Amino acid sequence: MSPEVFWLILKATGQTLHMVGVAALVGSLIGVPLGVFLATSGRGELFAAPVSNRLLGLVVNATRSTPFIILVVAIIPFTRLIAGTSIGTSAAIVPLTVATVPFVARLVEAAVREVDPGLVEAARAMGATPLQIVRKVLIAEALPGLTLALTLTLVSLIGYSAMVGAVGGGGLGDLGIRYGYQRFMPDVMLAVVAVLIVLVQLVQSAGDRLARHFDKRGRRS
Amino acid sequence: MYLSQTGGPSAALAVPPLVLFEGVTKRFPAAGGAGEVAALDGITLRVPKGQVTAIIGRSGAGKSTLIRLANGLEKPTSGRVVVDGIDVAGLSESELRGIRREVGMVFQHFNLLASRTVFDNIALPLEIAGADKTWIGLKVSELLDLVGLADKRNRYPAELSGGQKQRVGIARALATGPKLLLSDEATSALDPETTRSVLTLLKQINRDLGLTILLITHEMDVVKQIADDVAVIDGGRIVEHGSAFDILATPRHATTRALLAGQPGHRLPDAFAQRLWAGPVEGGRAVLRVVCAAGSGSGLLTDLIAPLGGAAEIIAGTIETVGSRSFAAFVVTLPPYQAEQIAASTPLPAGLLSAEVLGYVA
Repeated sequence: MSPEVFWLILKATGQTLHMVGVAALVGSLIGVPLGVFLATSGRGELFAAPVSNRLLGLVVNATRSTPFIILVVAIIPFTRLIAGTSIGTSAAIVPLTVATVPFVARLVEAAVREVDPGLVEAARAMGATPLQIVRKVLIAEALPGLTLALTLTLVSLIGYSAMVGAVGGGGLGDLGIRYGYQRFMPDVMLAVVAVLIVLVQLVQSAGDRLARHFDKRGRRS
Repeated sequence: MYLSQTGGPSAALAVPPLVLFEGVTKRFPAAGGAGEVAALDGITLRVPKGQVTAIIGRSGAGKSTLIRLANGLEKPTSGRVVVDGIDVAGLSESELRGIRREVGMVFQHFNLLASRTVFDNIALPLEIAGADKTWIGLKVSELLDLVGLADKRNRYPAELSGGQKQRVGIARALATGPKLLLSDEATSALDPETTRSVLTLLKQINRDLGLTILLITHEMDVVKQIADDVAVIDGGRIVEHGSAFDILATPRHATTRALLAGQPGHRLPDAFAQRLWAGPVEGGRAVLRVVCAAGSGSGLLTDLIAPLGGAAEIIAGTIETVGSRSFAAFVVTLPPYQAEQIAASTPLPAGLLSAEVLGYVA
């Protein structure tokens, strides 16, 4: 492999990490509270607001059913508003984040709903406020599930980021398409795939390890 | 509703109630959306201060709903629920939070946080109440000693046995120094031996801290071991209320009797029960169940069964102690005329608390 190709791969890896990192961070900051709200705002629940719950659920479903590559193109005006441009790595972060929010929200909702309702009842019986219940019971008890949800989000984002080459986002996926496929350089394609496999593997095993650390439900030996 | 004759609900009327349910009804929307189901239907009940009051009933009788009214987890459809002078039925969620810190609750499935150690689980209600760290440390250590789990303070619930988990649950319920402890089937998920030790702990807390306990259960053994007062609930109504002694010795309502059916002194031997007829049998004998006050100075078997005369044949019998009093229950066979005479006499022959013809055998 020539030095130029090596530097190309290194640069693309940096771009992928940049896009995935920022999108995951911002997406989670918005998605986690939304997920908690989705899990606690049904009829008769902690923050009962069935109408808002239903509406938010619709928006989340709509965003999730739009194919990512269409979402990228469809929200270009919004992207330009936020990033000041519609092409390049920074611009690509916008659609990635927009796709991350509902993804995270649904996964967080599922993780929070796994928490035994008996624990919420016990906390209510202690005189806990709804916010105390969220912080001390729901988030604390769902932590292993939340960790796995965020791990899954990172892995999916690495996959999505391959598509933002369409708007000049760069990154590993873009490199693979342009050099590996269009210029027919199988060694570049192979290297890109290898780096992606290593990345996903690292993220997944770090996430698994962290989730196990938080999980006190099983008997520890 | 039956109220027991001997002293009323354990002379409870003299003790001011800590909790008073007054004409309480609770209706839920029926499954499927059509109409409503009454879970509680006109409940009036006094829970005397400093005593252990048990509410016993089958599952679905409404007891879970009833106990949750006392800390506002459920709101009554109508009626009053007065806890220490305050009608909690009319309070808002934020006003209820203050009350709930004075009412501890233990649960059938413990409801401990898996993510927290034993220490941190017991500390949770104190954190919620905004107590400072030093105070929490002192208080939790004291509670760990009280429930005998000082060596488990840094363990997680998954590493504890059921009985130990419930001890953590009890310590947690006591953390904020409540006046009232609600126990929701606290021993129903435990084996008989662990049940006994957990009940002993609850009784000790009741005695030593003067804590009022309101518990619900479907097990008569729980009632026998710790209750002072018992209310029997069926179909959303209190059908019988009295001292634990009276309920166990001389139950009157059919539901109470059904709940007692497995208890010694109530249960007929199977082979014998199969031969039982409702009406007299030519040349046969009557089966009589008698309950006598025992332990009142005269423990002699001959004294206990003296009112029955010499012709009684004992089929089954037991002596039970409830609180500080004991009773003896015997199932005997007698010539029918003699059995009927004893059962029908008012007042009953001296020493007998109840006498009832169960049937006839050939």
